[in-house]
Amino acid sequence: MAEQPPRPHRREEAPTAGPALDERGTALMALLADRLATFQPQTAAVLDEVVVTVPRERLVEVLELLKGDEQLDFNYLRCLSVVDYKTYFEVVYHLWSLAKRHKAVVKVRVPYEDAKTPSVIPVYRGADWYEREGHDLFGLMFEGHPNLKPLLLYEGFDGYPGRKSFPFHEYNEW
Amino acid sequence: MSLAATVLVPLLGLLALFTFLSAVVLSLVWIERKFLGRIQMRLGPMRVGPFGLLQPVADAVKLVTKEDVMPFGANRALFWVAPLAMFIPAFMVWVTIPFARDWVIRNLELGLFYVVAVSVLSIVGLVMAGWSSANKYAVLGALRAAAGLISYEIPVVMVALAVAMLAGSLNLVEIVERQAPIYAVVAPLGALLLLFSGLAETGRTPFDIYHAESEVAGGPYIEYSGAHWAVFYLAEYVSTFALGVLISLLFLGGWRGPWLPPVLWLLIKAYAVILVIFWMRGTFPRLRIDQLMSLGWKVLVPLSFANILIAGVQLYYRWPWWALTLMSVALIVAVSFEVYRRVVLAGGKPEVELVPARELRRKVPVREEFKTTKVSSEGQQG
Amino acid sequence: MSGDLTTTRPLDTLELMINMGPQHPSTHGVFRMVVWVDGERIVNMEPYIGYLHRGSEKLSEGELYNQVITLFDRLDYVSNFNNELTFCMAIEKLMGVQVPERAQYIRVIMCELNRIASHLLFYGTFGLDVGAMTPIMYGFRDRERIQSIFEAVSGARLMHNYFRVGGLRQDVPSDFRERMERLLPQLEQGVEECDQLLSYNEVFLARTRSIGVLTKEEAIAYGASGPVLRASGVPEDVRVSEPYSVYDRFDFNVPVGKKGDCWDRYYVRVEEMRESLKIIRQVLAQLPDGPIMAAGVRRIIRPPRGEVYVRTENPRGDFGVFLVSDGTDKPYRVKIRPPSFLNLQAMQAMMRNAYVADVVVILGSVDIVLGEVDR
Repeated sequence: MAEQPPRPHRREEAPTAGPALDERGTALMALLADRLATFQPQTAAVLDEVVVTVPRERLVEVLELLKGDEQLDFNYLRCLSVVDYKTYFEVVYHLWSLAKRHKAVVKVRVPYEDAKTPSVIPVYRGADWYEREGHDLFGLMFEGHPNLKPLLLYEGFDGYPGRKSFPFHEYNEW
Repeated sequence: MSLAATVLVPLLGLLALFTFLSAVVLSLVWIERKFLGRIQMRLGPMRVGPFGLLQPVADAVKLVTKEDVMPFGANRALFWVAPLAMFIPAFMVWVTIPFARDWVIRNLELGLFYVVAVSVLSIVGLVMAGWSSANKYAVLGALRAAAGLISYEIPVVMVALAVAMLAGSLNLVEIVERQAPIYAVVAPLGALLLLFSGLAETGRTPFDIYHAESEVAGGPYIEYSGAHWAVFYLAEYVSTFALGVLISLLFLGGWRGPWLPPVLWLLIKAYAVILVIFWMRGTFPRLRIDQLMSLGWKVLVPLSFANILIAGVQLYYRWPWWALTLMSVALIVAVSFEVYRRVVLAGGKPEVELVPARELRRKVPVREEFKTTKVSSEGQQG
Repeated sequence: MSGDLTTTRPLDTLELMINMGPQHPSTHGVFRMVVWVDGERIVNMEPYIGYLHRGSEKLSEGELYNQVITLFDRLDYVSNFNNELTFCMAIEKLMGVQVPERAQYIRVIMCELNRIASHLLFYGTFGLDVGAMTPIMYGFRDRERIQSIFEAVSGARLMHNYFRVGGLRQDVPSDFRERMERLLPQLEQGVEECDQLLSYNEVFLARTRSIGVLTKEEAIAYGASGPVLRASGVPEDVRVSEPYSVYDRFDFNVPVGKKGDCWDRYYVRVEEMRESLKIIRQVLAQLPDGPIMAAGVRRIIRPPRGEVYVRTENPRGDFGVFLVSDGTDKPYRVKIRPPSFLNLQAMQAMMRNAYVADVVVILGSVDIVLGEVDR
């Protein structure tokens, strides 16, 4: 086959998904802004989720408040994800309230050079393996984690394969 | 003449016995696989020979031609001797077991005592195998086997004692001859006790904890392969068959029965008992070690003593035989109910609550999550 | 020599460390745990995972969106449809695609059949774990019937790759309704048979009741989900609490356990099979005609920039996908929230006062799939 010239990108600038909060979401957003006022969070809406970005030093405090508050009652940590944005990490906590049935997203930004963030095990026991995994794949230090051993990779694995800088196709295991 | 009588004849008898037992084991393997297959809606073996009849032969050939592997760090001598140490007692039992009145290698006066005493020696082989394999699962399995066997030997001995009291003899031929009616009717409690403790001794479901494949992955047998494993297998089936024959002899009237030849009657009875054992295997899960122990020590041991007691009472007062039957049945019913009450009914019948989704939805109105409006490709910046 | 025979001193005993797995008949794949036992009692237990780590999340970043669906098939390899659905829904939500009704309904049928198939597999293996060898044959008989439907619909028995962003790859075969009408009574009878065979067996009760209790608070704290969470007494089902697809149109029950022991976890699943059958009956009655693909979805999908978290009720629990899109034809980051991962983590809390034999039963009752735990 003759080599074809690369096709030009149809769109230079990809569009961004807009917010689509319902009434409960809007109410929750207002409530969150009110409760977390002292932490000066950046609150935003992405699709139907309320996203709160807080400084990492105060993360545990924020989560404790979110979990303890009667109206918010976020007692269930659904997911803990680490996203590598090349200059910084974003640790994303998806929270869910079993009783109230609402959800929120708490985000923490962690700079690349200082890849440390507090462990949330005191608040959510189930974060244990998530954090080990985050440490394993992204090299993020979760400070205060009791047992930050490799979880998915074997001991002695070199590098952090979750990071964008990790070679994707060129990596040879043997 | 003396040489022929003292050495040659018994030797030939033993050889015949060994051949016969091997054939029995092959048939048992086939029956077990077919029977379990039917319970599980399968056909069982069908490929080798008609109805898969030659499947056990094929298995045996495969096992014998397989490589014997000994793990690194195993105790060589013990490791290779263990299968024999298990098989020889299982085989020695048969020296005194009669297949018919005169079909016995050596009819001992203390036949029943001999059978009970020798059969328990198999445990030595199991413990040797477990210890010498240099494997933790094997050790765990061997310890389980030792604990189980010792606990369940007591009811077996006690049941044998009660039977000897009823028959007034320890000679197996005489025990069979004196059954009128058969002891399963006279002393049903003893028959059940012997069946259950025998299951535990031969390591059959639901008491197969020492080689439980899902827990200790084969227990003492874990490291064995090929012919040595086959010897264990052989010993296990020979013991199972011995249990079936023993129950038939002690409680089901042995070879006695109308029309058919005596040997056939004994085999029919023994195979019937073994089918019940296979049936249990297809139905029941496995008990845990502590449950096995408490069943043994808290239920079967006291019951076996009670069995002796009621037999003694009946003999002493010269009550008719059905008095013993009544007492046995009463004991069985009472104890079964008590066990059922404590184990199954304790805490009530378990159940799961069904919450209608409609009710759950009503509790907290649900967000219309996925009915978002279609996002146009431009605009609506978040 | 002290010579003092009156003092009693406990014997010094050593704990035995046993390494169970990754090759052990009842670790359900390549799970490994190290248990320290004192006699037959568990003193400590430490799980090790990662033997099946294939880097699915990283791999997803290098594939086109439609190619990633095949990776999701391979996560939880006994509930493939549910995984595919979650990933497709994530993109659909990001793009704002409305999936046609018919496709939605067929998706629900497939997912519920998949749930039954998965629970039947659980039923069989759980039977094996407690030492009963017959249940697995009953479970597999009915599972096989479901698999043949899957094969007819998607062309594959295990790795279906059937759902697409915006709908389905192809419509169901023309005799689908007849086959389902034939299948459903068989399944209903099969589930009843399974229930009668094992659920109230005395030995089974003795082995599973009050074993591996996970309290409500622990279950929530550990993030357990699905049957494990429900067995602990939390009526949480994503199909109800955050309905996706068309699940809000059907009427069914959510089974909730009382004690959170192994028996509850087992029986919640048996009841779930019945409820799934109810749902399928309702879906079949309402199944509309029409297109199976949303209009305007291109072959090469380029969702708008943004991030989305979607969760569905997998047979094992709350399966979530966190998708970050940078507007190109490949995902920027895919984070999978595997329910087994968290249920397995909660297993440590169930191990109090357990025997060696209970470890196997508890692990069986959690019903993990290592493909999903390790990703």
